[in-house]
Amino acid sequence: MAELIPNVVWEEMWEATLETLYMSAISVVATFILGTVLGLLLFLTAKGNIWENKPINFIISAFVNIFRSIPFIILIVLLIPFTMLIMDTMIGENAALPALIIGAAPFYARMVEIGLREIDKGVIEAAKSMGAKTPTIIWKVLLPESMPALVSGITVTAIALVSYTAMAGVIGAGGLGNLAYLEGFQRSQGDVTLVATIIILIIVFTIQFIGDYITTKLDKR
Amino acid sequence: MDLCLSAHMQKGFIILQKNHFAKIAEQERVNLLISIKNVRKVYSSRQGEVKAVDRVDLEIKEGEIFGVIGYSGAGKSTLIRMLNGLEIPTEGSITVAGREVSRIKGAELRKARQEISMIFQHFNLLWSRTVADNIAFPLEIAGVPKKERDSRVKELISLVGLDGREGAYPSQLSGGQKQRVGIARALANNPKVLLCDEATSALDPQTTDSILDLLVDINERLRLTIVLITHEMHVIRKICHRVAVMEGGAIVERGPVLHVFKNPEKPVTKRFVQQVTEPEETKETIGHLLANYPRGQVIQLTFVGEGAEQPLITNLIRKFPLTVNILQGKISQTQNGSYGTLFIHLDGEEPDVTNALTFIKEQEVGVEVISHG
Ligand SMILES: Nc1ncnc2c1ncn2[C@@H]1O[C@H](COP(=O)(O)OP(=O)(O)OP(=O)(O)O)[C@@H](O)[C@H]1O
Ligand SMILES: [Mg+2]
Repeated sequence: MAELIPNVVWEEMWEATLETLYMSAISVVATFILGTVLGLLLFLTAKGNIWENKPINFIISAFVNIFRSIPFIILIVLLIPFTMLIMDTMIGENAALPALIIGAAPFYARMVEIGLREIDKGVIEAAKSMGAKTPTIIWKVLLPESMPALVSGITVTAIALVSYTAMAGVIGAGGLGNLAYLEGFQRSQGDVTLVATIIILIIVFTIQFIGDYITTKLDKR
Repeated sequence: MDLCLSAHMQKGFIILQKNHFAKIAEQERVNLLISIKNVRKVYSSRQGEVKAVDRVDLEIKEGEIFGVIGYSGAGKSTLIRMLNGLEIPTEGSITVAGREVSRIKGAELRKARQEISMIFQHFNLLWSRTVADNIAFPLEIAGVPKKERDSRVKELISLVGLDGREGAYPSQLSGGQKQRVGIARALANNPKVLLCDEATSALDPQTTDSILDLLVDINERLRLTIVLITHEMHVIRKICHRVAVMEGGAIVERGPVLHVFKNPEKPVTKRFVQQVTEPEETKETIGHLLANYPRGQVIQLTFVGEGAEQPLITNLIRKFPLTVNILQGKISQTQNGSYGTLFIHLDGEEPDVTNALTFIKEQEVGVEVISHG
């Protein structure tokens, strides 16, 4: 084993894995919350809906479209001043978080919106006809009824986020991407890159598996 | 065989007759629950204005089952949706159970809606909740504590006949069962009115009948006022006390169901009445039968309410030396009496046949000679 991968230092590899997991976990949670809020706003302010409001819908929609379209690597660079302002550093895992969240939340918000639109309008109307308040409709109708879509959406987003962390690693954020680039690529230690890749694949497959499992469990349609 | 059939039919008539008078007497004592005054609803779109509801005046009494029938686009849904404030009238006012639903907003409207519940063509259940949790939903909205909720849900589940299915998800239920959940959910907060928007249109005829029976049962047991809209005369015939016919947003004809069946005035109404009295195949069947009876006369009898009380066929045979064959009959039972058509063949000596016809005409039964043999 050690002969096949002579340059792999397991301690470093483990540390990088934890960094990747940390960045992914925090950004997934933040993306889930922010994206759900944005998605709900997009949905509720759309034409014919409870909070129909053209200007607000237009603004959120524009924000989402712009940030969803900027390539992530460019977004990191664009966000440097903002990151410096709130994180006070450009190095390390925390420095990657603003870009990860701002890059992924709009992407997820669109998926949330699509999921919400798939809810039968009749069900929302039924809740209204029972005298439900808007918060009740959000918590007891919109979110539970779209939950499988929300979970499968966050699975896809989480996988994208793992690969974003690797990209962020290249410019100094730490994690497996950083290790693969600095130790593996720049020092021509192919085995380090290979092992880092395998670990990333394991993380991605695990996320996919858990996500699919929860989605099927939740879906009672 | 023919005697047996006619005896059976007449028994049915008499029983319904009694119900009929009891119901009418009862309705005269009750109050107005819904009053719709000069209501219009106009949708404006890029193509111009659509008058969905046009100057409708309507009063619905407490405890009655009121039907609104009309073809697609007549404005039925728009009208019923104004009763719980899902649509606001462009003009006019609507009062339900003492509240002017066309004007109130916010908390007051939400409160009113708990008393005006609704069931839907496509059931509109939450698929993510079990049967029991779906029924509990309106109770959660009304802020009923968990313990009370559970016992109320149990009651409702047996009321609609879903015992044993409380843990099932809507996707595991048949259409009829889903509508039962819809009904249980609608009854949860003890509403004063139940609005039914094409509640049986997605169901097969047999399931439709079982749901309609349930609605009648609820109406009688809880004295719940029911307003239902439909495009099937069968539904009106089976459970409604009064009916309004809608066309182009306006109510063109209205009255007790039996009365409308007896004297349909407008062409739309006639078409609807035909849905239940003259099946498509009647004329064809009769055509075939005529060939089998070269002698005598084939006549169509129309019974309405009172006219059906006498044992007509029996008297006919007793009084005249005739052969009477029943060819085809259809009786429509309405909530306030029955309406039916019967095709019979009379055979015998000429003066007897003529006298028999005269006799039948004296019995308040509509007579039409289809052909001379
Ligand atoms: N939200 C709306 N915007 C514009 N026009 C509408 C709207 N809702 C209904 N209409 C129009 O109003 C008219 C009456 O519609 P409504 O849905 O009340 O008919 P209906 O009798 O219930 O028909 P159906 O049997 O098909 O359900 C139709 O011409 C319809 O196109
Ligand atoms: Mg309709």
